[in-house]
Amino acid sequence: MNLERVEQIIETYGRDRMNSLPILEDIQREFNYLPRQALELVAKRLGMPQGHVYQLATFFKAFTLSPKGEHQCKVCLGTACHVKGGALILETLEKELKVKAGATTADGKFSIEGVRCLGACALAPIIVIDNQPLGQITADAAVQKIRELAAPKTAPSPAPAPAPASKPAAAVPKRGVDMSAVPPR
Amino acid sequence: MADLHRADVLVSCRHGRTPELVTALRDEIERRGLAEEIRVVETGCSGFCSVGPVITVRPEGHFYASVQPADVPELVEETLVKGRFVQRLAYKEAAGRKAITRYEDLPFYAKQMRIVLRNCGMIDPRSIDEYIAVGGYEALGKVLTSMTPDEVIAEIKKSGLRGRGGAGFHAGRKWEATRRAKGDIKYVIANGDEGDPGAFMDRALMEGDPHAIIEGMIIASYAVGSHQGYIYVRDEYPLAVENLTLAIQAAREYGLLGEDILGSGHSFDIRIVRGAGAFVCGESSALMQSLEGKVGEPRAKHVHATDRGLFDRPSCLNNVETLANVPQIILNGADWFASIGTERSKGTKAFCLVGKVRNPGLIEVPMGMTLKQIVNDIGGGPPKFRKVKAVQTGGPSGGCIPASMLDIPVDYESLTEAGSMMGSGGMIVLDDRTCMVDISRYFLEFLKEESCGKCAPCREGIKRMLEILVAMTNGTAKAGDLERLETLAKTVQTASLCGLGKSAPNPVLSTIRYFREEYEQHIKDGYCASGACRELTAYVIVDEKCKGCGLCIKVCPQEGISGEQKQPHYIDQAVCIKCGACYDVCRLDAIKIVPKAAVSLGGNGGNGHGTPAATPAKDKPGAAKGKA
Repeated sequence: MNLERVEQIIETYGRDRMNSLPILEDIQREFNYLPRQALELVAKRLGMPQGHVYQLATFFKAFTLSPKGEHQCKVCLGTACHVKGGALILETLEKELKVKAGATTADGKFSIEGVRCLGACALAPIIVIDNQPLGQITADAAVQKIRELAAPKTAPSPAPAPAPASKPAAAVPKRGVDMSAVPPR
Repeated sequence: MADLHRADVLVSCRHGRTPELVTALRDEIERRGLAEEIRVVETGCSGFCSVGPVITVRPEGHFYASVQPADVPELVEETLVKGRFVQRLAYKEAAGRKAITRYEDLPFYAKQMRIVLRNCGMIDPRSIDEYIAVGGYEALGKVLTSMTPDEVIAEIKKSGLRGRGGAGFHAGRKWEATRRAKGDIKYVIANGDEGDPGAFMDRALMEGDPHAIIEGMIIASYAVGSHQGYIYVRDEYPLAVENLTLAIQAAREYGLLGEDILGSGHSFDIRIVRGAGAFVCGESSALMQSLEGKVGEPRAKHVHATDRGLFDRPSCLNNVETLANVPQIILNGADWFASIGTERSKGTKAFCLVGKVRNPGLIEVPMGMTLKQIVNDIGGGPPKFRKVKAVQTGGPSGGCIPASMLDIPVDYESLTEAGSMMGSGGMIVLDDRTCMVDISRYFLEFLKEESCGKCAPCREGIKRMLEILVAMTNGTAKAGDLERLETLAKTVQTASLCGLGKSAPNPVLSTIRYFREEYEQHIKDGYCASGACRELTAYVIVDEKCKGCGLCIKVCPQEGISGEQKQPHYIDQAVCIKCGACYDVCRLDAIKIVPKAAVSLGGNGGNGHGTPAATPAKDKPGAAKGKA
């Protein structure tokens, strides 16, 4: 890993204990997690015991000690999202990716987590995939989005052709209903 | 200085597809050679989130709702070239489908009173010139040139401004205490660590009008005698950090921050500190610990922060919304501010009106307005077919106010009396599809994770309370659990160290107070009438009411509903995930929520009543299998 970058981050803020949080935040942003060597270096440069740096790294939610996936999917579990079914979306995505919230898929492609309030409550339920907010989303649409990202990047076919047989579309909701039987709204 | 333009196109809403919309607008205006005449401005949140992205065209005041990038060519052609209104993009009121074309005529804003949010959605938050053009920094000039610090404090005290972060402490008294405290170095801190789930007022304010906060802070620094300020912002709000950073830079360039501000001899500067995601850091002593680069654990408050706060020096901590009120009070006078609101709660309060309402959004109302007015007149009432059951205020520290009490006025005392609290301004409307036991469980789960763990009553008490609530929501609760829960709640309330623990039982106690029978139903009958506790719930179709329209088949994400056209449908209990989509969509009231214990899972997925044998099995050809 690039310890030089860590040195740079520390120097931008200055070797003051007060700067420990912003330094760790920048490291998290840079590497997508807090590598052990980086924490050790921060402790050394700021003159803090390693235990204190570890305490910070584990107390605050913004930090993780293990690498996150290539695509990060955050499902908002704020109150407004909760009453509008945020938990169900998270559950559905857990099933889809076959990992629990907070974990990363074995291929390192996706990490998924439930987060507390993204501050976009009027768009509830909302999820954020790779910093792109997707408001008023359904569990189905979230799964679709994940599948789009999971699909190998080939030239996008203009018309949504029928899914290739190689990809079992087990739970893709294919809705068949005769709309003529539906009473008008 | 800003150039003159013939028209301004204000685009608000920073979520979703707005960036594409702005690019499309700029490209189209450029293509038509209008870039010199027309300016596209990205404003902060205008609050009317349900119809976003919204566009306001000034000076005409044309208001367009839910604009998509594809609408841009028509909008530019009609409105900006020919000066006509595009009816198709008008906001239509739910009742009567009346089109409303002007911003001023929107019912959503009619009952509001915008003091703190006056610039949100109206100006470019990244331009200090625009802020100055609407009267910004005028109050600062007045303070620095014609008022003594004591006069400023007297004015704020007289206005009756109270803390907007939740507890409602008088801002003027806090300033006075900090001024009187011994010490040469004092700090002014703005709390923008908005951690309450269901609240985003502070985000909107920091993103949409950062200079108002900075101006309030400079005035506070002059009043208390401080030369260094901090704004503590949630790390989850990158745009707020960005806009505040730009605003601070611009203020420095204009000589409004730094040495000898406006030649007054007063010096003050501000630093932004990002929080790292800990709810407890909204608590004042924890926030200061975190500012020092330590773990955000609160401390006992034998000594006030105004005497010994950050780095053990006198510190004046105010919420960003409180500070944004200050310039207006100075400009318009304490008497003007005190004339708004109720006897003991003055001014306005920003709320995030969200949950089960038609028009969720960011609002600001005078104190004393009733909850009913807010929910019905501004929020447009609950969605179709639903009823309001309760309104939750105060976030995890607040409580639920039942529908029968929605006539109470919104002020600090009334909400506290009703077992909730003002809090920072989250207002979540709950309908009959929300379970109050589940809401309690939800908040305690949140608080369990966010408890810093320093004191035992909070750390252990919340965990035990949560265990009981989980048991209630999954059907394993025992008789006596409700009483145990109450006892625990009272202990946690009395014995915890800081505000987080002391208020943690509020969601539980307030829901027990108003919805006790719902708790009892969960324990005794294993039944959740709202269907929110999925482990207790089954959805069944009432044969007599079902007309076989197929709507539920269409929405079921599990393909778990089947049935012939115009024949009663069936829900396959084995695959049902209890999402309730069918229940919400049924217009004939044909889907019923029953206790899970009442349905059988046998056979090929019975309906729980009627004859499972008649149910078309999944592998049999039927109407439901009519896939393309």
